[in-house]
Amino acid sequence: MKKERTQMKNRSATERVKDFNEVPLGYTLEEAVEEAKRCIQCKNPKCVSGCPVEVKIPAFIAELAKGNVQAAVDKIKETNALPAICGRVCPQEEQCEMKCILGVKGEPVAIGNLERFVADYTRKQSVVSSKQKAERKNARVAIIGSGPAGLTCAADLALLGYQVTMFESLHVTGGVLRYGIPEFRLPKAIVDQEVSYIKTLGVDVQPDMLIGSVLTIDELLKDFQAVFIGSGAGLPKFMKLKGESLEGIYSANEFLFRVNMMKAYQFPNNLTPVKVGKKVVVVGAGNVAMDSARVALRLGAEKVSIIYRRSHEEMPARKEEIHRAVEEGIEFQLLTNPEAYHADREGRVAEIECIKMELGEPDASGRRRPVPVANSNFKQPVDTVIVAIGNDPNPLIPLRTPSLKTEKWGGVIVDQNQLTSIPNVCAGGDIVRGAATVISAMGDGKKAAKTIHTALR
Amino acid sequence: MNKIIRKERLNESVSKIIVSAPHIARAAKPGQFVVVIPTSTAERIPLTIADADKTAGTITIIFQIVGATTKLLDTLEVGSEIPHLLGPLGQPTHIEKFGTVVVIGGGVGIAEIYPMVKALKKAGNEVITIIGARNKDLLIYENELRTHSFELRTTTDDGSSGRKGFVSDELKDLIAAGKKISLVFAVGPVPMMRVCAEVTRAHNIKTMVSLNPIMLDATGMCGVCRVTVGGETKFACVDGPEFDAHEVDFAELVNRLKTFKTQERQALDHVCKLVEGIKK
Repeated sequence: MKKERTQMKNRSATERVKDFNEVPLGYTLEEAVEEAKRCIQCKNPKCVSGCPVEVKIPAFIAELAKGNVQAAVDKIKETNALPAICGRVCPQEEQCEMKCILGVKGEPVAIGNLERFVADYTRKQSVVSSKQKAERKNARVAIIGSGPAGLTCAADLALLGYQVTMFESLHVTGGVLRYGIPEFRLPKAIVDQEVSYIKTLGVDVQPDMLIGSVLTIDELLKDFQAVFIGSGAGLPKFMKLKGESLEGIYSANEFLFRVNMMKAYQFPNNLTPVKVGKKVVVVGAGNVAMDSARVALRLGAEKVSIIYRRSHEEMPARKEEIHRAVEEGIEFQLLTNPEAYHADREGRVAEIECIKMELGEPDASGRRRPVPVANSNFKQPVDTVIVAIGNDPNPLIPLRTPSLKTEKWGGVIVDQNQLTSIPNVCAGGDIVRGAATVISAMGDGKKAAKTIHTALR
Repeated sequence: MNKIIRKERLNESVSKIIVSAPHIARAAKPGQFVVVIPTSTAERIPLTIADADKTAGTITIIFQIVGATTKLLDTLEVGSEIPHLLGPLGQPTHIEKFGTVVVIGGGVGIAEIYPMVKALKKAGNEVITIIGARNKDLLIYENELRTHSFELRTTTDDGSSGRKGFVSDELKDLIAAGKKISLVFAVGPVPMMRVCAEVTRAHNIKTMVSLNPIMLDATGMCGVCRVTVGGETKFACVDGPEFDAHEVDFAELVNRLKTFKTQERQALDHVCKLVEGIKK
């Protein structure tokens, strides 16, 4: 057995910043089998417990090690409908791979890379074998939102035999997978294929449908026996700074929606515009901030800086994403916080005023609290600002569903089984959590499917 | 779905379409809007629902052909389907019996006040409607609005119909004549709404405006439609589009509206060439 993990090849930073194509190149079959053979097939595997959707990790890797790629992907799809996506965007280093026993002394098995490989390799011939699907039931379930939570819930319920209708408010499916994550990290063709797989399971997808407005949840419950709300992220957070609504200041949601969903990088062939100046500042240091910075670079920015009030240690983005941003030449201005934005004569943002920070005592999140350093204000020129400090849950459904209990900050309240204050109505993903990961949303969707199945049985 | 049932050119730059969309017609209330995507490469644009017929299952959309996407929308003829139509969006107009209500429409905003005027009259208000445009040809919906108004006043910049002047002049006259006004609604170009707000501010008359910031998803997600109202950030797509005119930061709105001026022109050129190409 090989000791070191098989590295996945990436396109070079200089090459990849010129386009929106994917960065990692994926394993070859030989590389994948070689890596799969590193798995020692623990009797009591810890990795599975680290996975929010309980992928049968050792089982799929065992099939792959034997070269049975189709059998491997079938194993994954027993619990996870979106392997090509999870293989790309899950933070495996904090989940399955963190629990891998090989990680104690060396490097854990590259579970994410393997999942990605089997999904990609089998994508063309992937068909649902009839025995996977349970007998058709008469009960109907409505899924609101076609993001990771909704897709997972829909797939699980469809496999259980329910008649599932998925409503999407936007014109295309995928939610954050479509509008949030850039092409170079998650090609949209993959989202298309995973969604069409969900459709082959019998899920009826209805885009441009505004639940809450066109049909209330109460009205839905007349036609459907259960409802899952996965309506996702909502309004972006701002810092309430002077000048924050000047021309040239985007929320990350807006910036990424323009580029990813509306394909503004192909303007004017696609008519939605996006404007990126020479000097770009991204405020925040999560995955969305890294995505925004790297998109800005690809749209022709000369200098892109991440401004973050804490230090390198506390940056919430995945290590891998930070590493790629660094490789591509993104600059990091850490322990720095914006205080105000100043305009030029035309009302466009021209300067960002910041203050230096230092770390004090740990706060409620356990991270050391950043405190401003007195008299350390400075200004620097900027053409474009992207504010990437998170978002609230989407307000549309709670606004129009008075009986749905929510937290003060807007999150839908659920119990440990994802059940809301309305019987037979579950919720999950960003509508409950505010802003979380794709995989945690999928975990919620999966749990909700179990709850709905129990309720309708 | 979304089939265009009727189409009418109201004047050189404004079209009216009646679209079959029973699910939207059923839910639509005055003041709400839809998002339209007329072709696969077009933008998502917000357009006010100018009327909704629940029985026929249709909605009326009136739009000014000003940019690339409205130009593309205007290429769709009767019988064709609008690929994507989403709504109803936004908070409905708050309708109750206020007393005397002055409803002001400017330009394409004239069509947008129609459902408002109807609903206000139905609620028992004395509705005085003031409409204005650059010239006689651009005045639309005159007869429809007259039917539902206690009184209709018209203005044109060049005096070709009604009073020569602006809608705000008529508003000033009404106030000067001692008319007791409970509420004013103003819908139209930003400078018009701004002037109306200034006129009523001096007399402390509550005034609502329907704002038209840039929108993208229009479902409460992207934040591009943020406006400052009473010192707070509000999002027109979910908190609006109607706001208290005396609290709105119009200067910021004007500034944000010009963000993509250059690109908008470029896009229009691009589409004009495409449309010409198709015609040939």
